Amino acid sequence: MGVGIEVANLNAWYGTNHTLQDIDLNIPANHATALIGPSGCGKSTFVRCLNRMHETNPIARVTGTVLIGGLDIYADAKPVEIRRRVGMVFQRPNPFPTMSIYDNVAAGLKLNGYSNHHVLDEIVEKSLKNSALWEEVKDDLKKKSGASLSGGQQQRLCIARALAVDPEVLLMDEPASALDPVSTSKIEDLIFQLKSQYTIVIVTHNMQQAARVAEKTGFFLNGRMVEFDSTHKIFTNPSDKRTEDYITGRFG
Amino acid sequence: MVIAQVPEIRFNQSQLLTEPDLPGERPSAQPAQQEASAIRSFLLARGNSAWADRGFHWLMVLCALSIFGIVVLIATELVARSRIAWGAFGLDFFYKAFIDTYTGKPMYWDPVNGHFSALPFLYGTLVSSFLALLLAVPLAIGVAVFLTEMCPGFLRAPLAFITELLAAIPSVIYGLWAVFVLVPLLREYINPALIKSFGWTGFFSNDNPTGLGFLTAGVILAIMILPIISSLTREVMTAVPSSQREAVLALGATRWEMIRMGVLRNARIGIVGAVILGLGRALGETMAVAMVIGNSPEIQRSLLANGSTMSAVIANEFAEASSDLHLSALMELGLALFIVTIIVNAIARMLVWMVTRGTPSSVH
Repeated sequence: MGVGIEVANLNAWYGTNHTLQDIDLNIPANHATALIGPSGCGKSTFVRCLNRMHETNPIARVTGTVLIGGLDIYADAKPVEIRRRVGMVFQRPNPFPTMSIYDNVAAGLKLNGYSNHHVLDEIVEKSLKNSALWEEVKDDLKKKSGASLSGGQQQRLCIARALAVDPEVLLMDEPASALDPVSTSKIEDLIFQLKSQYTIVIVTHNMQQAARVAEKTGFFLNGRMVEFDSTHKIFTNPSDKRTEDYITGRFG
Repeated sequence: MVIAQVPEIRFNQSQLLTEPDLPGERPSAQPAQQEASAIRSFLLARGNSAWADRGFHWLMVLCALSIFGIVVLIATELVARSRIAWGAFGLDFFYKAFIDTYTGKPMYWDPVNGHFSALPFLYGTLVSSFLALLLAVPLAIGVAVFLTEMCPGFLRAPLAFITELLAAIPSVIYGLWAVFVLVPLLREYINPALIKSFGWTGFFSNDNPTGLGFLTAGVILAIMILPIISSLTREVMTAVPSSQREAVLALGATRWEMIRMGVLRNARIGIVGAVILGLGRALGETMAVAMVIGNSPEIQRSLLANGSTMSAVIANEFAEASSDLHLSALMELGLALFIVTIIVNAIARMLVWMVTRGTPSSVH
């Protein structure tokens, strides 16, 4: 089951560039939340702050509080612990090329010292079924490398890899932007199915995608969150003029 | 065979240069028009430079071919000069010993009686090179990991620079340093400690008090091949995309787990290449080794014993080779070394290339 995320007064810097300014946001558990906005508005930085990936860059800095399921991830936990509970799928599929499909999915568990083969087999199968990849790869789980799959399959493999550690939150940073329309629609179907079990935060460039998969949508502009509301409201009757301008295609 | 008819394009100078017949007064743009015409006629008169281009082409081809030429010349010379030794010993040269008639012990290299066998030199080359790898590889990978993954920015450039500077020091200087610093150090402190702790294995025996020998050669070789292994390892590690590092980190990996799974695992083929390239250098290294290995054509189990290598014996003896057979035997050693190092280097370059430029998907 997923948990909610409460963000208060979050600021992030990239060098001297103040990329996120005073973000306050409550992301509901077991729903999909979409973050939209033009390039460079800070939405990717925002999700990277939710699993403390932002600070892996030496020039990056974060202040503020993020509570995931009530745990203050910046005050009361180490990055390593957070990332075990918060899975992430990146913009470009990044499976491990030197590992088989099976090892790719099991990577997170093996990394943390899990070695019960019987259970691993089950988890790999379940994760691949959850990511709608099982039927396509079940015959060469250990024969083919992760890099031998197509782009869309690779991205679903990355989703399976993230699901295998049974995270409470799944962050997706433009997961379909490098994919063709067929693969994109498969990923969207997947998000639709997964959101009952996980809290999903999805960054997207594509407003139709946000409208299709998410209950809640936040609009980011120039490092600030302009508006956060139900997806329906954002796309039909936004309160802020800037949101309306973006939705109707006047900029961005 | 003509695939398509290409219409011939011909510039007619008079056509290009005629002015348009405009009604009314002539505008003041006359000078500009004249200038343009001058440029056109200049360019049209210039020709196509085909001759100079062809000349340049062949000059460059010649430069490139000279590399092949040099390799072929070296190879043919080595083959021709080693013919006498090949005729005298054949393949026995590489694996047989002679029995000394006085002592009854095996003899390998006896210029006075005209007995030559490459065996002790093959042994010495292999032992010293592998010792060098054993010592240099962990250190070099450590240096590369530190430089690419954990080094603070201000230290990275100076450290990388110094590592690469090590490669520029002439080998004879390493040899001198080894003779005056490394040899006494090993003789006084390290060798006695090794004999005391590991003497029972037979690899460290007490009968050579000089401080010279295989181990000394291995240590100095390790220092010499460290820069090439670490700089190539650094190169292949840098070639691993950062998305791989992020993928591992996002699974909850510590920094070490990230380096192991996200970086070293992806770069391993290239690292193997770097190691083999280091081996190639160690196999052929001459001067420093000749100064510290003891130069005695023997095969001994103890790493503290004197030995010799293929390159060291060539450097030591070619000037005073007394007979044609002796010289020819040295040439045959050179030929063997030449072939081995070329093969080793080719394999190494190929592996490094696979990681830095090839597709990682072909890596299993």
